[in-house]
Amino acid sequence: MPEMIVGKSATKYDAFAKVIGEAQYIQDLTQPRMLWGKILRSSLPHARILNIDTSKAEKLLGVKAVLTAKDLPGRRIGFGNDNEVLKRNKVRCVGDEIAAVAAVDEATAIEAMSLIKVEFEPLTAVFDPELAMAENCNVLVHESRGSNLSLEYHFETDEAALAASLDQAAVVLEDRFTLPFVTSSAMATHGCMALYRNGELTIWTPTQVPFLYQHELMMATGIPGNRIRVIQPTIGGGFGAKLDMYPYEAACVHLSMVTGLPVKIVFTREEEFQASRPRQPMIIDLVTAADRDGHLLARKAKVICDNGAYNSWGSTTPFVGMQTISSLYRVPNVRYDAQIVYTNNPYSGAMRGYGNPQHTFAVESHMDMLAAKLGMDPLTVRLINANQSGDVTPQKMKITSCAFSETLREAGKELGSLPSEPGKLRGKGIAGLLHVGGGARVYRSDGCGAVVKLDDMGRAVLLTGATDMGQGSDTILTQIVAEVLGLEIKDVKVINNDTNLTPWDVGSHASRTTFIAGNAAKIAAEKVRSQLITAAAQILNANPDQLLLRNKRIMVEDAPERFVDIGKIVRSLHFKQDGKLLVGEAFYDPPTEMQDNQFLGNVSAAYAFGAHGVEVEVDRATGVVKVLKVAAAHDVGKAINPLAIQGQIEGGCAMGLGYALSEEMKLREGRVINANFLDYRLLTAVDIPEIEGIIVESDEQEGPFGAKGIGEACCIPTGAAVANAVYAATGVRIKELPITPAKVLEGLNKMRSTFDT
Amino acid sequence: MALISFMINGQPWKGQVEAHETLLDLIRDKLGLTGTKKGCDSGECGACTVILNGLSVNSCIVPALEVEGKEVLTIEGLSRGEVLHPIQEAFISEGAVQCGFCTPGMIMSTKALLDSNPHPSKQEIRQALAGNLCRCTGYGRIVAAVEKAAKMGGDDLAGNDSREISDKV
Repeated sequence: MPEMIVGKSATKYDAFAKVIGEAQYIQDLTQPRMLWGKILRSSLPHARILNIDTSKAEKLLGVKAVLTAKDLPGRRIGFGNDNEVLKRNKVRCVGDEIAAVAAVDEATAIEAMSLIKVEFEPLTAVFDPELAMAENCNVLVHESRGSNLSLEYHFETDEAALAASLDQAAVVLEDRFTLPFVTSSAMATHGCMALYRNGELTIWTPTQVPFLYQHELMMATGIPGNRIRVIQPTIGGGFGAKLDMYPYEAACVHLSMVTGLPVKIVFTREEEFQASRPRQPMIIDLVTAADRDGHLLARKAKVICDNGAYNSWGSTTPFVGMQTISSLYRVPNVRYDAQIVYTNNPYSGAMRGYGNPQHTFAVESHMDMLAAKLGMDPLTVRLINANQSGDVTPQKMKITSCAFSETLREAGKELGSLPSEPGKLRGKGIAGLLHVGGGARVYRSDGCGAVVKLDDMGRAVLLTGATDMGQGSDTILTQIVAEVLGLEIKDVKVINNDTNLTPWDVGSHASRTTFIAGNAAKIAAEKVRSQLITAAAQILNANPDQLLLRNKRIMVEDAPERFVDIGKIVRSLHFKQDGKLLVGEAFYDPPTEMQDNQFLGNVSAAYAFGAHGVEVEVDRATGVVKVLKVAAAHDVGKAINPLAIQGQIEGGCAMGLGYALSEEMKLREGRVINANFLDYRLLTAVDIPEIEGIIVESDEQEGPFGAKGIGEACCIPTGAAVANAVYAATGVRIKELPITPAKVLEGLNKMRSTFDT
Repeated sequence: MALISFMINGQPWKGQVEAHETLLDLIRDKLGLTGTKKGCDSGECGACTVILNGLSVNSCIVPALEVEGKEVLTIEGLSRGEVLHPIQEAFISEGAVQCGFCTPGMIMSTKALLDSNPHPSKQEIRQALAGNLCRCTGYGRIVAAVEKAAKMGGDDLAGNDSREISDKV
């Protein structure tokens, strides 16, 4: 039966509220008698706290509370419990939370902060992860740990076979790739509003993971989880930075507990740069070995990740990066080692791609370098190694649907090398990607709950755990429910932002929402559907197998004049003896497994593949790289909403181009010195070239209507594709992002001097 | 403190403002018009764009005192009740909205552009939006929306806001 709604572009569920300015973000929420909270942050990267004098701040008119560590229960927070809500004895990075203030207005809270006197004993700090791991390093970020190593990851296939393959290889490449700090820069900064009343906490916060957040807040504050209600306002972008429960949020809760009033804290843009979680910088030493025909024989990676001062999600990103090393292209022998190293830098979290943009930059640069070494075409060397449907990778990931080869062909197809102007060099490059596309079992559950209720007027309401942070999952879910129930999209409403109402979900991460929440919504709607059909079969005196749901009606397939309105069926079930409600519920947890301690296991029910093709023009005199075009082909399984996918692809590519060319959070002694949009360069409307999104469908059997996740995939290979295009244009191989004019010029000059001598 | 009066979305407003108060804080906090967003508070992101006497401005760097006797149009003044302005329609239909935090500012910059240049080229559109940052869309859908709005509204776009209504009242 052809689908009526799924597969067709639909406008965004919440777009109307957003274009008239009525969508309420955390910045817009208020409560009667609400206080403004502010956090006093450390200006030093590493220092002992000797004394905090809050007496002057407390006396300021309008100040309702000033809290420091001594006022708090002292619970440890964060992954590995290495962090505190307010720091008691020591600060470990610039921006560390020292005191929290609540006052009648923002200006008073800011003034109160300036009146708090902190006596520090500055300590020597370490900002370079390699120095932090050196034997002679005498700086310990966390003394009790005895070293600056936070975590290690190790995966390997058979050691002897790996060694043998390196011996046999016709080509062995060995290079170091370096990736900078970049940050999500969601247009809406972080913020929360807490109200503690009668033993119950309500917190409004733009978290991507409301139920995990509830748990973390319980651990941080000691408030029982069943007394915590999390409400998400409209979320002004997440990209991973809103996966954490931040120390300021627990501090805000304490301010509300102490004052008995609602308290709101909103980050300034400068705070957002310094104190929200950036993407993890990495140093990747990569070895790639291949035979003389270009078949990959082995890959080895040694990765050093700058964790910053504490563990956030960044410390777990090698879990994803490892999959790129082991499983992007067919490679039989693999070894992967990563070290997560504490420094006195800001601490790294999750950002779209979760370690994958970094690792893909290294792997896909090497694929091009391999092609150059063998005198092969970059596309050919990829195609002969490309993953195929049915493959099981060295980490035991089972590739189901896979249109990788097709995306590689499509991405490069339209890019022609036009004749260059004098002084300009043109070139094109491609790069591929592999990412989870069917959830990711990083917890024992990868589940999402959904409830669909159908009212007597034929209005369906979906209660889902899934969080829409702007990407458009609400729209996708309404399409799925409308499709199953034969309704219009406008007949389906979504409630998804209140833990008191919504069923449990792991959260919006790992590009899992369309796949996981989509399946949950579909199954719940199907349960309503089968009840509807049973009732309609009686009313129409027809066989249930003959019935069709279309246009808010149930009709007999070969006799469409025999129909009954869906609303009428629902009413007939309400207005009768022993009547019933039409409600369907589902909990979808995909058929996957957690990886074991050897990092083996099929973590995702489906994998997303894709490739980006980029054409650039390089100015020989200035080194400036101009991207002329991006062609981004993605294997999405099935496109539920092509317009929404186009939006994801264009946005992902723009983020990838920023990573490639312009974005870098610059640190001096742990302080972000470009903590504003003039100096941290997001690409603007003028900088972005034409981006062609190419949707490739592969019909994933486990996905809802065949769909796979796409959210993160579309920003992953862009950086490598740009670097490859710059090489094709100039012969300069850049192994360190961002690709600044200075680096290109340096490369051009080196080549010139080589020619001269 | 100083007493000022100005027109906001076709309605007069009179009240006290602080010397250091910005137009953004005035319209968000005192007038309750929270459709205009605060993304950076330093004139760099464009989320706070409003139209001041026909020109798009970053309201976070305009002192409230400066608007004395002037006319301000915010996102709330663009639609007529349930009837959306063509720019708003186009932003919806072209998929130009994702998280939506940049959207009001984008729409106001677009309005200022089309008022002065009803049939802009792609390049002119991109130039006009260069001061409005967006992290979600990559701008492509937004440019498409502006092109569509220009086609929908043509030369009539300039008058199509609530100021027209207030004149008649």
